[in-house]
Amino acid sequence: MKYVITSAAFAAIAVIVLIFVFIGREALPVFTSPEVHEEVTIAKMVTPLEWRASKPKTYVWQPVSEVPKYSLFPLVLGSLKATFVAILFATPFAVGAAMYSSEFAPRQAREIIKPVIEMLAGIPSVVLGFFALIVLAGWLKDTFDWKYRLNATTAGIALGIAVIPIIYTVAEEALRAVPRQYREAGQALGASPWQIARRVVLPAAAPGIMAAVALGFGRAIGETMIVLMASGNAATWTLPLTDSVRTMSATIAAEMAEVVNGSAHYHVLFFVGALLFVVTFLINLLGEMYVGRLKRRLTGSAG
Amino acid sequence: MIDKVPTLPRRPATQPSRSGDTEAESRMADPTTVKMRSRGLDFYYGANHVLHNVDFDVFAHSVTALIGPSGCGKSTFLRTLNRMNDQIPGARLTGEVSIDGNDIYDPLVDVTALRRRIGMVFQRSNPFPKSIYENVAFGLRIAGVRDKRVLDETVEESLKLSALWDEVKDDLNKPAFMFSGGQQQRLCIARALAVRPEVILMDEPASALDPISTAKIEELIEDLKVRYTIVIVTHNMQQAARISQYTGFFYMGDLVEFGPTAKIFTTPSEKRTEDYVTGRFG
Amino acid sequence: MAEATATTRSVSSSPEPPRETLAQRSRWKRLLSPLPILTGFLAVCVITMLVVILWNIVAGGVGRLTWEFMTGAPTHGMTEGGIFPAIFGTVFLVLLMTIAVIPLGVATAIYLRYYARPDAWFARAVRVAVNNLAGVPAIVFGLFGLGFFIQFVGRGIDNAFFGGALTFGQPAIIWASLTLALLTLPVVIVATEEAMRTIPNDYLEASYALGATRWQTISRVVLPNSLTGILTGGILAVSRGAGEVAPIMFTGAAYFLPYLPKKLNDQFMELGYHVYVMSTQSPDVEATLPVLYSTVLVLLLLTFALNALGVLIRYRLRGRQAV
Repeated sequence: MKYVITSAAFAAIAVIVLIFVFIGREALPVFTSPEVHEEVTIAKMVTPLEWRASKPKTYVWQPVSEVPKYSLFPLVLGSLKATFVAILFATPFAVGAAMYSSEFAPRQAREIIKPVIEMLAGIPSVVLGFFALIVLAGWLKDTFDWKYRLNATTAGIALGIAVIPIIYTVAEEALRAVPRQYREAGQALGASPWQIARRVVLPAAAPGIMAAVALGFGRAIGETMIVLMASGNAATWTLPLTDSVRTMSATIAAEMAEVVNGSAHYHVLFFVGALLFVVTFLINLLGEMYVGRLKRRLTGSAG
Repeated sequence: MIDKVPTLPRRPATQPSRSGDTEAESRMADPTTVKMRSRGLDFYYGANHVLHNVDFDVFAHSVTALIGPSGCGKSTFLRTLNRMNDQIPGARLTGEVSIDGNDIYDPLVDVTALRRRIGMVFQRSNPFPKSIYENVAFGLRIAGVRDKRVLDETVEESLKLSALWDEVKDDLNKPAFMFSGGQQQRLCIARALAVRPEVILMDEPASALDPISTAKIEELIEDLKVRYTIVIVTHNMQQAARISQYTGFFYMGDLVEFGPTAKIFTTPSEKRTEDYVTGRFG
Repeated sequence: MAEATATTRSVSSSPEPPRETLAQRSRWKRLLSPLPILTGFLAVCVITMLVVILWNIVAGGVGRLTWEFMTGAPTHGMTEGGIFPAIFGTVFLVLLMTIAVIPLGVATAIYLRYYARPDAWFARAVRVAVNNLAGVPAIVFGLFGLGFFIQFVGRGIDNAFFGGALTFGQPAIIWASLTLALLTLPVVIVATEEAMRTIPNDYLEASYALGATRWQTISRVVLPNSLTGILTGGILAVSRGAGEVAPIMFTGAAYFLPYLPKKLNDQFMELGYHVYVMSTQSPDVEATLPVLYSTVLVLLLLTFALNALGVLIRYRLRGRQAV
């Protein structure tokens, strides 16, 4: 029986490894294959391209056209814009609520907040995307008089709602982990709750809160459905946050169905997927390292 | 009404006085001034009646020891003196606790200002995860002191008062955790001293320390009583006999006997006191 | 010298404790200071967000939520009728996923906890891999499903068993469910580990002391006591799987099919995918809005019900273990 278990576990593990390997393998031709290089190279992905005779060279993502163009930067910028808005939106609410829950809230309030956060976490991203598209976009455009209904900010806000739970959960844990002794010492010295929160608790919980934000960032940048539905899906290379964007994840989702297996476009999409994967992996690693360091710092040689 | 933020005059850094110093002797324990007192104090944790009708006097510039077996309420009583029991769910209190004649449980009292007048040192040292300097300066910063010179001087003076300066003066920016338990506890004392309290409450400050650190802290307490009023909870009777002028014996929530230390330990009036101090129980 | 106040107070009768606690006395002072108010406000905002979203969906969708809606087929270009095929597809999909993920996940958890040497590099590598799997974006799973399952494995099966005819080398419910199984694998592994961790060592020692083998101990002591936790993991995996759209977008989901999926290589309609396409590619979004809202509501109810069930079981499990 041991062998059944072991082989099943091995199978699972093998497939996990396989995912990493396979994505990498299908992305590799972007670096190595001469056929692919006829259409696109790494250099072409990061340098400005010719797109219209009369206009200056710029970054363009236009795989389906006479001369396919594969500038990465508009996609990366799109992901960053949406994620930036998401984090900007989510962090104050999530960390504020976490602080309220761990420092001030009476028990009844805590028993409301916890299920609310869990429910928020349980909403499928396609539902949030639907809400953003059907309800939020129009309202935001009218209220703030924007040019585009579907843009980085609309998607970013919905994305922010999606990552509030994860930032809240990790931040609350970090705040709770601050030992009672510190708070007591602060009280005995005549510090007000505000002073204790600002000077003792927050600094002590800071690494954990940063990890929380990092994990939220990692989650947001990999998210697909919300941006697919609410960001406008235009690969622009402009500054305003209220312009439509196309993120890396949405690009894969939108173009994968139409792509020819083995074509340059196919490999580039895998390359983008690999890029996305590496970025989220690094961010999550960073987040977990911080959480590890936080735990060591607070439990190490305390008296 | 207790609501003043204490001002911090610039004092020349002085060494703690030793006996034989006539100027210091004139600032010795003033047995006729009651610094803090409780009258009719009843304390409850929920339905648990933990302190029964305690009448207690703390005399200025003295060291008062609270002794008694575990669970007798002495720590609880100590914490009523600086209202550290306030946040405990279900804690209730009747009776009066006052400092300089003012009731500290009056609803108008500013608790944070009160706690700057009455400092506390805990059983297990609890320095902040900050540097030595920042630990000592903490109380000053929250009281609004920003002048770096005043901070530097007060930090140095407080560390000297708690006999830690020589050991850490080159390492002020190192994190507090790097130092030994005894040093951390003296750091906590320095931190409490920095805000110039009038009373210092100590809850078994040396119980987690080795004998040498304990001796250092006892010496420290001896020196501190010149300027401050100290109330110390201890389960170590020899310690109480060594360092205190007055002792209160608690048993099961009652203040059984209170008086000059010498009397409590040699000719106590109550049988229970005698049984405890002679080691027949507890 | 002060007089020794040496009198005992006899406690003849304990007076009644005052009704107000110390904490209550100062609560207004504490709660009305700026920080609690600010953070409390932020917490209220979060609650408001949830309420607004739920209210909007319920208000918009409850009107059409009838038995006919859930059992009928779509008509009139998705503006009328029911969404039964999508419900059926979702259930079928998730069922296949569960059959794949539970044994695989439980076996991996058992291996990690009871068979692998904890310091072995392999066990540590596995743990790292599992942790990171949880962070992989859903769309990357979709890529894998397409490139590996469909085009590699599926094509391979076609060449080996069907003489090259396109049977499995195309979007199919089996591939979509396997992709989802990979996505939810960490959920099952973690839930199983959590459940197994609560089993006291004493039980294991008792079993070994009676001469049981490792597998006998696992199958007779560990697994029966972990069933609830495994069940929780399964339910949470199902809830997650029913909500994810990106992994199934090009591995088998379709917008309109005249048939229900019956064979493993059939395509299928699915609730989440349906919502996506209807929202973004419908020729007349206004007309399909009522059906769309109701579909979203059904999806939401499904995921919430499953989530609530999982959490409920987990609480009862923890409660029992705490005894």
